[in-house]
Amino acid sequence: MTPGRSYDEICADGYIAGVKDVTVDVARGEMLVIMGLSGSGKSTLVRCLSRLHDITGGVIEVEGQDIMALSEKDLIELRRSKMGMVFQSFGLLPHRTVLENVAFPLEMRGQDKHARRARAMEVIELVGLGGREEYFPRELSGGQQQRVGIARSLAIEPDIWFLDEPFSALDPLIRREMQDEFLRLQGMLGKTIVFITHDFDEALRLADRIARMKNGVIEQCDTPDRIVLDPQTEYVRKFTEDIDKARVVLAGTLSTPVNGHAVEGAPVSSHETIQKIARQLVNDTRDHLPVADDSGKVIGVLERQKALDVLLGGA
Amino acid sequence: MADIATSALPSRPATPPRDRVLQALLLLAVLLTALKPVLPDMLIRLPEAWIPPFAAWLDAFFEAIKGDPATGRFGLMMITRWFAEGPLDFLLGVAANLLEGKYRWPFVSDPIPWSAIAVAGAVLGYYLGGWKIALLAGGTFVWTATMGQWEITMQTLSVLAVAAPMGFAIGLVVGIAAWKWKAVDTAIRPVLAVMQTLPFYTYLLPAVIFFKVGPTAGAIATTIYATPPMILMTALGLKKVSPEIVEAGKMSGCTRWQMLTKVYIPSARTEILVGVNQVIMLSLAMVVLTAFIGMPGLGGKLLAMMNSFKLGRSIEIGITIVLVAIMLDQMSKAWVHKLPEHFEKGTPWHVRHKYLLIGITGFVAFFVLAQFVEYFNEVGRRQSLSMGREIDSVIKDFLALDVVQAVTGTIRYVLNVWVLVPFRDALLWIPTPAFILFVMAFAYALGGKRPAIYAAVFFTLVALSGWWDRSIITLYSVLSAVFISTLIGLPLGIFAARSEKWANRILIVCDTAQTFPSFIYLLPAIMLFGITDTTVVLSIVIFTTVPLTRYTIEGLRAVPAEMTEAADMSGCTRWQKLTSVQFPLAMPTLAVGFNQAIMFAFFMVIIAAFIGTQDLGQELQRTLAGTDLGKNFVLGINVSLMALTFDLAIMSWANRRRKALGLG
Repeated sequence: MTPGRSYDEICADGYIAGVKDVTVDVARGEMLVIMGLSGSGKSTLVRCLSRLHDITGGVIEVEGQDIMALSEKDLIELRRSKMGMVFQSFGLLPHRTVLENVAFPLEMRGQDKHARRARAMEVIELVGLGGREEYFPRELSGGQQQRVGIARSLAIEPDIWFLDEPFSALDPLIRREMQDEFLRLQGMLGKTIVFITHDFDEALRLADRIARMKNGVIEQCDTPDRIVLDPQTEYVRKFTEDIDKARVVLAGTLSTPVNGHAVEGAPVSSHETIQKIARQLVNDTRDHLPVADDSGKVIGVLERQKALDVLLGGA
Repeated sequence: MADIATSALPSRPATPPRDRVLQALLLLAVLLTALKPVLPDMLIRLPEAWIPPFAAWLDAFFEAIKGDPATGRFGLMMITRWFAEGPLDFLLGVAANLLEGKYRWPFVSDPIPWSAIAVAGAVLGYYLGGWKIALLAGGTFVWTATMGQWEITMQTLSVLAVAAPMGFAIGLVVGIAAWKWKAVDTAIRPVLAVMQTLPFYTYLLPAVIFFKVGPTAGAIATTIYATPPMILMTALGLKKVSPEIVEAGKMSGCTRWQMLTKVYIPSARTEILVGVNQVIMLSLAMVVLTAFIGMPGLGGKLLAMMNSFKLGRSIEIGITIVLVAIMLDQMSKAWVHKLPEHFEKGTPWHVRHKYLLIGITGFVAFFVLAQFVEYFNEVGRRQSLSMGREIDSVIKDFLALDVVQAVTGTIRYVLNVWVLVPFRDALLWIPTPAFILFVMAFAYALGGKRPAIYAAVFFTLVALSGWWDRSIITLYSVLSAVFISTLIGLPLGIFAARSEKWANRILIVCDTAQTFPSFIYLLPAIMLFGITDTTVVLSIVIFTTVPLTRYTIEGLRAVPAEMTEAADMSGCTRWQKLTSVQFPLAMPTLAVGFNQAIMFAFFMVIIAAFIGTQDLGQELQRTLAGTDLGKNFVLGINVSLMALTFDLAIMSWANRRRKALGLG
């Protein structure tokens, strides 16, 4: 396909767009979760961001640099220094041991053997695979293989971390465990992350922001609780219908400024979900509860009735 | 399935145009045949005067590209001769000196003692596949040496040791090119198709002319013959590398070269090694056949023994060839399945490399031992355990038995008088245009328009080549042999497919038999039926029954259990289940087997020419004695064209059928 043609021209040629009209900004250290059903264009989008696919129109910038303008050499350099990616079916090289797989990106950029061994061991320990470094991928379970995939993507200490449905191929129990592991890692590393999933629960657990995609278009891009409370399109609403909102919505989101309400008694933390404070909500007799931030300073009030509505699914 | 039913039903016309074309073709063909007595001669056979001098044109073409060393006119031959006399001769010399003790330039050392090679082979076998293969490898070498066939075996293996790696290297490079550039792929596909159907005599003569008589020509012909599957397997393997692995490589910052060498090729390891297996097996088959250009070795010896009807020795050499084939096949297959094993951290070097160390130690030990005990160096003529003469007399006594005579005599008589000769005469009687129409109708019925057009073009070319009658005789041998082997292979396959146990047993036999160089198949036929026309057909029958049986079993076994269970629950009898469920579903696979049988038959019929036939093979063999490249090619291409006609028609049917059944 020739680049630089307009969307209508491309459609006239008999193609359909994999991703169109998508504008997202991902801040440094933020975790953006892109979610959608299969065929919604989410994998295509992440492959555009990593330039595994070339885009036919538009701009993709990393730190102000248009990556479509990069030469092959510069692109390789960018990937060798700044980007890591984890794949749904792991994409491990079957003929290499765990250690050699993890060291692969380091080997490609020409690091010497000792340095890359040391660094690879470090990440292998980090993902909890110490002692398995001489194993081959086929000798590991699915969860362990994905740990190798994660370790490989972290080996070069990337700033940007792409994860394409990393846990979808795993059993539900293992998936849960890996999500915890992933949150632990992210807590330590604080990378800029684009995470793809088709699992809404997973998205809600992990995301700073969720971008909901359908037919190559982002329907809504917002924080998890706002997506649940305030779906912008019919499609998003349908998806959030069955979600237990109390598990997602934070006390802070529901609270309103103090503005003359009588605030007294023990405050609730603004970072707790409504579900977490459910017992307190039910037992409390006050109409308005104070909401405090991490430092204990009251930042707003929570109307008990509104919170109970969220909790019990009323109105 | 659903949408086939809904879309095809309402729109189907009363008589599909397809059937009408077929009817027209057949009607015309029958009409032409029936009217033969009143047809003008030019419609029965092409008049001599109309036949273009293809051979002369080809000769002129070869003459032009060949160049002339005598006058110094530059041409292809300068390069090929330089390659043959330089690097190739050097490699062959090294291999020959080490293995058989040729004492040729470049002299490296005395030949390696057989016992040292046997030990190294056994250790390698153990490393690759455990005790069974160790025993097979060691045993093969011990048998060869003690039977007094070490030297001829090493003559064969020394050519193989050069030709197979060359085939591997060329196949790998061309395979990569075909995978990388669509244009290369499109360009080589038809070339490969022709190469895989071209009779081996057509490889031999150009090899001799361009690369000098002797081992160099043998090695080149072998390489050319063995390379196509390596190309195909390489391209296939690279195409099959999972996209995520490719993306993982790109995201790791691989350059293009790193992608190829560190990601693609290692990930395509299985297919590439399967290609290696095929290169080795085809090389062996071809090296044995180079006997026809006078190359010494197992094939040469076997040919000589068969010619002088020394059956005992022939059988012994046959067993050696078979053992070598099984050994090479099993070892290279074990290599395909051999997965890397991990060692715990801190495993010392000598433990990691224990097989290498044991192998070297054993090799050196026997090398030294052989310096003192001559038996371990070379088994002398007197010491050999060959029982050729004894076996000979046993076989001759057996063949002289009245019962055996009566049985083989009857088979020969019935086949000849009732089947083969009438069939051949009938085919020869049909006027050329009618014959072409029949073939077209056949191709049209199976494959539709395209195969029918190819059939018309290809057979017209055969007619124009001026070798029509000989081509038809070739075709007659092929068809009658495949027909007879269907009568054997099909029931055998159906029987075997009924139980897991028998299916596996017969599949193993078939797989093993398929590794034998084709030359071997002549042996039992000649033994039982002497040097006659029946022998030709029967040797093809033995050769082609193998793939037919194999594909019958595989086709029937591959029918999903759910479908046979559904048939059982619908109250099918065994016969009903077979005819209305298993067979229809197995047909595409069966067709592939049938096709392979025909391809094998075309190959074998040419080899069988040395028994004395009146077909293309006979003429081809005659060209080997001279430098008649043009004629050699015309004859070879004729065989190829006929084979391709069947290949295109049957395979297009099988593919269409497979799609229609949703078998992918």
